[in-house]
Amino acid sequence: MKGVYTWGGILAITLASVVGDVLLAHAMKQVGDVGELWRKSSLLAVIRRTLGNPYFVLGVLAMAVAFFSLLFALSWGDVSLVGPAAASLTYIGNATAAKIFLHERVDRRRWIAASLVAAGVALLAG
Amino acid sequence: MFAATGDSMLSHGMKQTGNISLNHLQGVIFAILNPWVSIGILLLLAFFATYMTALSWADLTYVLPATSLGYVLLALVAKFLLHEHISLMRWLGIALITGGVGFIAGGPALTQHHDATEPVDEPSGAAATPSFDSAQDKLLARTARNGAPSGVKP
Repeated sequence: MKGVYTWGGILAITLASVVGDVLLAHAMKQVGDVGELWRKSSLLAVIRRTLGNPYFVLGVLAMAVAFFSLLFALSWGDVSLVGPAAASLTYIGNATAAKIFLHERVDRRRWIAASLVAAGVALLAG
Repeated sequence: MFAATGDSMLSHGMKQTGNISLNHLQGVIFAILNPWVSIGILLLLAFFATYMTALSWADLTYVLPATSLGYVLLALVAKFLLHEHISLMRWLGIALITGGVGFIAGGPALTQHHDATEPVDEPSGAAATPSFDSAQDKLLARTARNGAPSGVKP
Protein backbone atom coordinates (compact mmCIF):
# COMPACT_ATOMS: atom_id res chain seq x y z
CA MET A 1 0.00 0.00 0.00
CA LYS A 2 2.87 2.30 0.81
CA GLY A 3 4.35 1.49 -2.59
CA VAL A 4 1.16 2.60 -4.31
CA TYR A 5 1.30 5.95 -2.54
CA THR A 6 4.97 6.39 -3.33
CA TRP A 7 4.55 5.61 -7.03
CA GLY A 8 1.43 7.76 -7.14
CA GLY A 9 3.50 10.59 -5.74
CA ILE A 10 6.27 9.97 -8.27
CA LEU A 11 3.72 10.06 -11.10
CA ALA A 12 2.21 13.28 -9.72
CA ILE A 13 5.65 14.94 -9.56
CA THR A 14 6.50 13.81 -13.07
CA LEU A 15 3.16 14.93 -14.51
CA ALA A 16 3.26 18.33 -12.82
CA SER A 17 6.84 19.08 -13.80
CA VAL A 18 6.29 17.96 -17.40
CA VAL A 19 3.22 20.20 -17.63
CA GLY A 20 5.22 23.04 -16.06
CA ASP A 21 8.16 22.62 -18.42
CA VAL A 22 5.95 22.49 -21.50
CA LEU A 23 4.01 25.59 -20.41
CA LEU A 24 7.21 27.50 -19.62
CA ALA A 25 8.80 26.50 -22.92
CA HIS A 26 5.66 27.58 -24.78
CA ALA A 27 5.62 30.88 -22.88
CA MET A 28 9.24 31.64 -23.72
CA LYS A 29 8.68 30.82 -27.39
CA GLN A 30 5.86 33.40 -27.35
CA VAL A 31 8.02 35.96 -25.59
CA GLY A 32 10.73 35.43 -28.20
CA ASP A 33 14.51 35.59 -28.11
CA VAL A 34 15.32 37.26 -24.79
CA GLY A 35 18.76 38.46 -25.90
CA GLU A 36 17.33 40.16 -28.97
CA LEU A 37 14.48 41.77 -27.02
CA TRP A 38 16.94 43.03 -24.44
CA ARG A 39 19.03 44.70 -27.12
CA LYS A 40 15.99 46.22 -28.83
CA SER A 41 14.25 47.54 -25.73
CA SER A 42 15.20 47.06 -22.10
CA LEU A 43 15.60 44.30 -19.56
CA LEU A 44 12.62 45.64 -17.65
CA ALA A 45 10.43 45.26 -20.72
CA VAL A 46 11.62 41.67 -21.16
CA ILE A 47 10.81 40.84 -17.55
CA ARG A 48 7.43 42.56 -17.73
CA ARG A 49 6.59 40.72 -20.93
CA THR A 50 7.64 37.35 -19.48
CA LEU A 51 5.77 37.78 -16.22
CA GLY A 52 2.71 38.99 -18.08
CA ASN A 53 2.51 35.87 -20.21
CA PRO A 54 -0.35 33.67 -18.92
CA TYR A 55 1.44 30.46 -19.92
CA PHE A 56 4.43 31.53 -17.83
CA VAL A 57 2.25 32.05 -14.75
CA LEU A 58 0.54 28.67 -15.28
CA GLY A 59 3.93 27.01 -15.78
CA VAL A 60 5.28 28.42 -12.53
CA LEU A 61 2.09 27.24 -10.77
CA ALA A 62 2.59 23.73 -12.18
CA MET A 63 6.20 23.80 -10.97
CA ALA A 64 4.94 24.72 -7.49
CA VAL A 65 2.51 21.79 -7.62
CA ALA A 66 5.44 19.54 -8.60
CA PHE A 67 7.47 20.80 -5.65
CA PHE A 68 4.70 20.16 -3.14
CA SER A 69 4.02 16.71 -4.62
CA LEU A 70 7.70 16.02 -4.06
CA LEU A 71 7.32 16.97 -0.41
CA PHE A 72 4.29 14.67 -0.08
CA ALA A 73 6.00 11.80 -1.89
CA LEU A 74 9.06 12.14 0.31
CA SER A 75 6.87 11.66 3.35
CA TRP A 76 5.62 8.37 1.86
CA GLY A 77 8.74 6.94 0.29
CA ASP A 78 12.53 6.99 0.42
CA VAL A 79 14.51 9.82 -1.11
CA SER A 80 16.69 7.30 -2.90
CA LEU A 81 13.65 6.03 -4.83
CA VAL A 82 11.50 9.14 -5.25
CA GLY A 83 14.31 11.50 -6.32
CA PRO A 84 15.88 9.53 -9.17
CA ALA A 85 12.61 7.94 -10.33
CA ALA A 86 10.82 11.29 -10.65
CA ALA A 87 13.84 12.99 -12.22
CA SER A 88 14.47 10.39 -14.88
CA LEU A 89 10.77 9.89 -15.70
CA THR A 90 10.56 13.66 -16.22
CA TYR A 91 13.14 13.49 -19.03
CA ILE A 92 11.21 10.78 -20.86
CA GLY A 93 7.86 12.49 -20.22
CA ASN A 94 9.20 15.80 -21.46
CA ALA A 95 10.49 14.30 -24.69
CA THR A 96 7.03 12.83 -25.34
CA ALA A 97 5.16 15.98 -24.33
CA ALA A 98 7.45 18.28 -26.35
CA LYS A 99 6.78 16.16 -29.42
CA ILE A 100 3.00 16.15 -28.94
CA PHE A 101 2.27 19.64 -27.59
CA LEU A 102 5.20 21.81 -28.70
CA HIS A 103 5.59 20.05 -32.06
CA GLU A 104 9.32 19.80 -31.57
CA ARG A 105 11.01 17.38 -33.89
CA VAL A 106 12.20 14.74 -31.46
CA ASP A 107 14.35 12.61 -33.73
CA ARG A 108 16.21 9.44 -32.84
CA ARG A 109 19.21 11.45 -31.67
CA ARG A 110 17.11 13.29 -29.10
CA TRP A 111 15.35 10.14 -27.93
CA ILE A 112 18.72 8.48 -27.35
CA ALA A 113 20.01 11.54 -25.53
CA ALA A 114 16.91 11.72 -23.32
CA SER A 115 17.14 8.01 -22.50
CA LEU A 116 20.88 8.20 -21.74
CA VAL A 117 20.40 11.21 -19.49
CA ALA A 118 17.43 9.58 -17.75
CA ALA A 119 19.47 6.42 -17.09
CA GLY A 120 22.45 8.48 -15.95
CA VAL A 121 20.36 10.57 -13.58
CA ALA A 122 18.79 7.42 -12.13
CA LEU A 123 22.26 5.96 -11.50
CA LEU A 124 23.74 9.17 -10.15
CA ALA A 125 20.92 10.18 -7.84
CA GLY A 126 20.10 6.66 -6.71
CA MET B 1 28.18 28.89 -30.69
CA PHE B 2 24.86 29.59 -29.00
CA ALA B 3 24.83 26.02 -27.80
CA ALA B 4 28.20 26.42 -26.13
CA THR B 5 27.25 29.65 -24.36
CA GLY B 6 23.92 28.20 -23.36
CA ASP B 7 25.46 25.07 -21.96
CA SER B 8 28.06 26.98 -20.01
CA MET B 9 25.36 29.36 -18.75
CA LEU B 10 23.12 26.52 -17.65
CA SER B 11 25.84 24.47 -16.09
CA HIS B 12 26.97 27.60 -14.29
CA GLY B 13 23.45 28.04 -12.98
CA MET B 14 23.24 24.41 -11.96
CA LYS B 15 26.58 24.63 -10.24
CA GLN B 16 25.18 27.52 -8.30
CA THR B 17 22.14 25.50 -7.32
CA GLY B 18 24.62 22.99 -5.99
CA ASN B 19 25.32 25.45 -3.23
CA ILE B 20 21.75 25.14 -2.12
CA SER B 21 21.94 21.47 -1.39
CA LEU B 22 25.00 22.29 0.69
CA ASN B 23 22.81 24.64 2.67
CA HIS B 24 20.30 21.91 3.25
CA LEU B 25 23.06 19.75 4.64
CA GLN B 26 23.80 22.49 7.10
CA GLY B 27 20.17 22.56 8.13
CA VAL B 28 19.63 26.30 8.05
CA ILE B 29 16.20 26.38 6.48
CA PHE B 30 14.63 28.45 9.23
CA ALA B 31 17.01 31.36 8.83
CA ILE B 32 16.16 33.11 5.58
CA LEU B 33 18.35 36.00 6.66
CA ASN B 34 21.28 33.64 6.83
CA PRO B 35 23.67 34.79 4.10
CA TRP B 36 24.10 31.26 2.72
CA VAL B 37 20.36 30.84 2.30
CA SER B 38 19.79 34.24 0.74
CA ILE B 39 22.71 33.71 -1.62
CA GLY B 40 21.29 30.32 -2.46
CA ILE B 41 17.89 31.80 -3.25
CA LEU B 42 19.51 34.46 -5.44
CA LEU B 43 21.52 31.83 -7.28
CA LEU B 44 18.40 29.72 -7.77
CA LEU B 45 16.68 32.75 -9.28
CA ALA B 46 19.72 33.28 -11.52
CA PHE B 47 19.48 29.68 -12.65
CA PHE B 48 15.78 30.07 -13.39
CA ALA B 49 16.43 33.24 -15.40
CA THR B 50 19.15 31.61 -17.50
CA TYR B 51 16.94 28.54 -17.99
CA MET B 52 14.12 30.75 -19.27
CA THR B 53 16.53 32.62 -21.54
CA ALA B 54 17.74 29.37 -23.03
CA LEU B 55 14.15 28.20 -23.54
CA SER B 56 13.42 31.40 -25.47
CA TRP B 57 15.75 30.35 -28.29
CA ALA B 58 16.13 26.59 -27.97
CA ASP B 59 13.89 23.53 -27.88
CA LEU B 60 12.79 22.07 -24.57
CA THR B 61 14.18 18.70 -25.62
CA TYR B 62 17.51 20.46 -26.21
CA VAL B 63 17.67 22.58 -23.05
CA LEU B 64 16.52 19.97 -20.58
CA PRO B 65 19.20 17.35 -21.23
CA ALA B 66 21.77 20.14 -21.26
CA THR B 67 20.77 21.19 -17.75
CA SER B 68 21.42 17.65 -16.57
CA LEU B 69 25.13 18.49 -16.81
CA GLY B 70 24.43 20.13 -13.45
CA TYR B 71 24.18 16.67 -11.88
CA VAL B 72 27.64 15.87 -13.19
CA LEU B 73 29.05 19.16 -11.90
CA LEU B 74 27.40 18.57 -8.54
CA ALA B 75 29.03 15.15 -8.30
CA LEU B 76 32.42 16.59 -9.24
CA VAL B 77 32.04 19.40 -6.69
CA ALA B 78 31.16 16.80 -4.07
CA LYS B 79 34.25 14.82 -4.99
CA PHE B 80 36.83 17.58 -5.15
CA LEU B 81 35.54 20.13 -2.65
CA LEU B 82 33.79 17.92 -0.11
CA HIS B 83 36.02 14.89 -0.69
CA GLU B 84 33.04 12.57 -0.94
CA HIS B 85 33.48 9.09 -2.29
CA ILE B 86 31.94 8.48 -5.72
CA SER B 87 31.00 4.87 -6.38
CA LEU B 88 31.43 3.04 -9.68
CA MET B 89 27.70 3.24 -10.36
CA ARG B 90 27.82 7.01 -10.01
CA TRP B 91 30.78 7.27 -12.37
CA LEU B 92 28.72 5.21 -14.82
CA GLY B 93 25.84 7.64 -14.33
CA ILE B 94 28.16 10.58 -15.00
CA ALA B 95 29.41 8.89 -18.15
CA LEU B 96 25.85 8.25 -19.38
CA ILE B 97 24.74 11.86 -18.78
CA THR B 98 27.85 13.26 -20.43
CA GLY B 99 27.35 10.95 -23.39
CA GLY B 100 23.69 11.94 -23.69
CA VAL B 101 24.47 15.65 -23.56
CA GLY B 102 27.29 15.22 -26.08
CA PHE B 103 24.82 13.42 -28.33
CA ILE B 104 22.41 16.35 -28.30
CA ALA B 105 24.99 19.16 -28.35
CA GLY B 106 26.51 17.74 -31.52
CA GLY B 107 22.98 17.55 -32.91
CA PRO B 108 21.58 19.43 -35.85
CA ALA B 109 19.73 22.52 -34.66
CA LEU B 110 18.35 24.52 -31.81
CA THR B 111 14.86 25.41 -32.94
CA GLN B 112 13.33 23.56 -35.80
CA HIS B 113 9.87 25.06 -35.95
CA HIS B 114 10.44 26.64 -39.33
CA ASP B 115 11.64 23.37 -40.79
CA ALA B 116 8.05 22.17 -40.96
CA THR B 117 7.08 25.03 -43.27
CA GLU B 118 10.33 25.28 -45.18
CA PRO B 119 12.50 22.27 -45.87
CA VAL B 120 15.45 24.53 -46.75
CA ASP B 121 16.88 25.95 -43.54
CA GLU B 122 17.03 29.71 -43.99
CA PRO B 123 16.81 31.46 -40.63
CA SER B 124 16.99 35.08 -41.85
CA GLY B 125 14.40 34.59 -44.56
CA ALA B 126 12.07 32.71 -42.27
CA ALA B 127 12.32 35.46 -39.67
CA ALA B 128 11.82 38.32 -42.12
CA THR B 129 8.74 36.98 -43.88
CA PRO B 130 6.06 35.96 -41.43
CA SER B 131 4.41 32.71 -42.51
CA PHE B 132 1.07 32.14 -40.88
CA ASP B 133 1.07 28.43 -41.39
CA SER B 134 0.42 27.27 -37.88
CA ALA B 135 -1.80 28.66 -35.18
CA GLN B 136 1.24 29.08 -33.00
CA ASP B 137 2.93 31.36 -35.52
CA LYS B 138 -0.17 33.52 -35.63
CA LEU B 139 -0.22 33.66 -31.87
CA LEU B 140 3.45 34.57 -31.83
CA ALA B 141 2.93 37.38 -34.32
CA ARG B 142 -0.07 38.66 -32.44
CA THR B 143 1.74 38.79 -29.13
CA ALA B 144 4.67 40.45 -30.86
CA ARG B 145 2.39 43.16 -32.23
CA ASN B 146 0.52 43.67 -28.97
CA GLY B 147 3.67 43.60 -26.97
CA ALA B 148 5.53 46.10 -29.15
CA PRO B 149 4.13 49.40 -27.80
CA SER B 150 4.74 48.49 -24.17
CA GLY B 151 8.09 46.99 -25.13
CA VAL B 152 9.36 50.10 -26.88
CA LYS B 153 8.41 52.34 -24.01
CA PRO B 154 11.23 52.16 -21.48
